Amino acid sequence: MCTYHTERVEVAGSGKGPDGWFPVRLACVYFDHPQHTPADHTLNIDFLNPGQGPSARVAVELGAESALALADAIHAALGAANRKGLS
Amino acid sequence: MSGETIGDEATTGTVRITGHQGDEIPAYLAHPPGHGPSAGVVVIHHMPGYDEATKEITRTFAANGYTAIMPNLHWRDAPGASPDDAAAAARAAGGVPDERLVGDVDGAARYLRSLGSATGKVGVIGYCSGGRQAFLAACRLPLDAAVDCYGAFVMDAPPDGMPLKVGPVVGLAGDLSCPLLGLFGAEDGHPSPAETARLEQELARLGKTFEFHTFPGAGHAFFAVDRPSYRPQAAADGWQRIWEWFGRYLAA
Repeated sequence: MCTYHTERVEVAGSGKGPDGWFPVRLACVYFDHPQHTPADHTLNIDFLNPGQGPSARVAVELGAESALALADAIHAALGAANRKGLS
Repeated sequence: MSGETIGDEATTGTVRITGHQGDEIPAYLAHPPGHGPSAGVVVIHHMPGYDEATKEITRTFAANGYTAIMPNLHWRDAPGASPDDAAAAARAAGGVPDERLVGDVDGAARYLRSLGSATGKVGVIGYCSGGRQAFLAACRLPLDAAVDCYGAFVMDAPPDGMPLKVGPVVGLAGDLSCPLLGLFGAEDGHPSPAETARLEQELARLGKTFEFHTFPGAGHAFFAVDRPSYRPQAAADGWQRIWEWFGRYLAA
């Protein structure tokens, strides 16, 4: 089914889209039908800058296990940096 | 219309239609071969957008004798953007509002009826989220036939914690303006067979003309040839049901 469920989170950073780097302001996270991945559902993340138009977008579609592994990796990387006093 | 001839000699192109609140939006139009009179079909695309797969479905209707049109429901959220970027922008904006959907389908149906080749009969079909929207459109607009392909949340409210802007539309069923064909998968969870069975009961109680088919061995999106959910047998059977339904109710 289309889950409709979307988690929106304001973010600060940069992303590289089809026209080069742009400031990322919003991330939309949802588990739903992918555009490209051969799967019924994927964990999709759109890194967006709505102020720069719909093409200011970096998109990823990940299998559920991959997405969880990515979340763990983000926590691990930030945890390691925190232990070194970098974050 | 900028013509392009494909193998089955249907003619396709992009046109501008007047949608909700008078907005001009693009729509993909496919004419059947020949110049004889034809009934119309409005194709409602799914949440992944105004994509190639749904354009292929639109061409399939033309190849089978219908003038078919698919309005770009995400145009306002991202004018000129690629369909996948537009789908993401529509999602980020909260999705397609029901009122806007009804207005855009109405505009598409009016466009079809305005064509010189039109018989005046217009049906609607939608897939996935478009299944619910086809049901909604058939309740809100004067149409001649409708097909709901595995639309979720027609009957039941979404699960708790799902911050949807969509809700059940079964409360509108008394206004259903045309015969409804429902095509579902026995292994689908949304809508589940239990949910569609309750919808059948409600339509029967209201004295509506409808026919539901639930295909064994199929889940959600079994018509989608570009996805692993594709089930050839269910899709072939489903297409046959569609031809019979539109053949019966969209005949001149």
